[in-house]
Amino acid sequence: MAEIAGTAPWWIWPAALFVACFLLGIIAVPAGVGGGVLFVPIVAGFFPFHLDFVRGAGLLVALSGALAAGPRLLEGGLASLRLALPLGLIASASSIVGALVGLALPAAAVQVALGIAILGIVAVMASVKNSEHPFVERPDALSQALGMHGIFTDGATGRSTPWHVHRTPLGIVLFVGVGMLAGLFGLGAGWANLPVLNLVMGVPLKVSAGTSSFILTFVDSSAAWIYLNQGAVLPIIAAPSIIGMMLGARIGAKVLHVVRAIVIRRLVLALLLFAGARALLKGLGIWN
Amino acid sequence: MELNEAGDPIQRRYARWLAWGTRVGLAFLVLAFLAYLFGIAPHVPIDRLPALWDLSAPQVLRETGVRPGWHWATIYRIDMLVLATIALLSSISIACVAAVLPMFAKRGDRVFVAICILQIAVLVLAASGLLSSGH
Repeated sequence: MAEIAGTAPWWIWPAALFVACFLLGIIAVPAGVGGGVLFVPIVAGFFPFHLDFVRGAGLLVALSGALAAGPRLLEGGLASLRLALPLGLIASASSIVGALVGLALPAAAVQVALGIAILGIVAVMASVKNSEHPFVERPDALSQALGMHGIFTDGATGRSTPWHVHRTPLGIVLFVGVGMLAGLFGLGAGWANLPVLNLVMGVPLKVSAGTSSFILTFVDSSAAWIYLNQGAVLPIIAAPSIIGMMLGARIGAKVLHVVRAIVIRRLVLALLLFAGARALLKGLGIWN
Repeated sequence: MELNEAGDPIQRRYARWLAWGTRVGLAFLVLAFLAYLFGIAPHVPIDRLPALWDLSAPQVLRETGVRPGWHWATIYRIDMLVLATIALLSSISIACVAAVLPMFAKRGDRVFVAICILQIAVLVLAASGLLSSGH
């Protein structure tokens, strides 16, 4: 890899990055993951860029995707502003801490931790079974005080279902951790937001998915600013990644209707497993 | 009678600001990046990048004479303009939250006014350049 990087013309790697991000964008949408969780381990493992810049670009890829999807999610009632604002505040504050810690640690240590985190994410994604309409026996006092409830109208069936939230204090604690991980590894955080909202707090699956994506607009903005001001954003890496991923995601949204999501999801899990193992072995100096 | 979130005027205003901000930010990013690829007045010549991109962020800052924080914004070169468009994308949420804050205030929703102010404060603090990882 180092030999190729040393002899290739400068434009090969940004062009390869653009193509890779375009392809990742296509599979990210049907797999139900944001771009960042795929981008960071794959680009860190197989491109000659320093991990600082890969994490900075990963945050921006996830942020751009969330910004682009946000308006439609809000207008369609698939994201709830009242649910997202308090949780986004907590997670964005903790993502600053994660970003500062991540940039202060040696790259090899972050690489090892990234490998372990990605393998953990694979385990979570493979084992967690989200619930379409979780049962909330009684909303908790904090969620009631914050007005975290609503009515979800399913566009497919036309049926309206009221929803409430429980275990809000636990959800807030988990969002602190989610924000930390997002800032530390530049992963975005959709993979973790969704199960916390759905399985812990009892938000219907579609509202969880939409709100999870929307929360990234807060989490990744604050962490991205830290990376930007610490010099960890290189335009030649960030810009083709963002543009490639967004173009790919447009195709992915169309692919979603014609492919079986389970096939794509298995492909993504296999990719993450490989990339996570690669990050771990690279960090340990076993596979450079 | 509860209102479906999609019908909430606060949520609708937020969505409108977010849509416009994102469109403008991405359009500027694409234009600035194309200008950068054509080699229009960069701070760091593009063919020098392969010697830099495998170094850590602090090393690249030293090699390119850029200080941490907002120093990049004082260098009037095209690669710094690309960074400015990225900064714009990272700031859209500040504008959106600020746009809905008066609506929460008008409803007398003090808790969400406080949450909006805190969210803006967190994002401004992150953007301020005052926080450093110390490496």
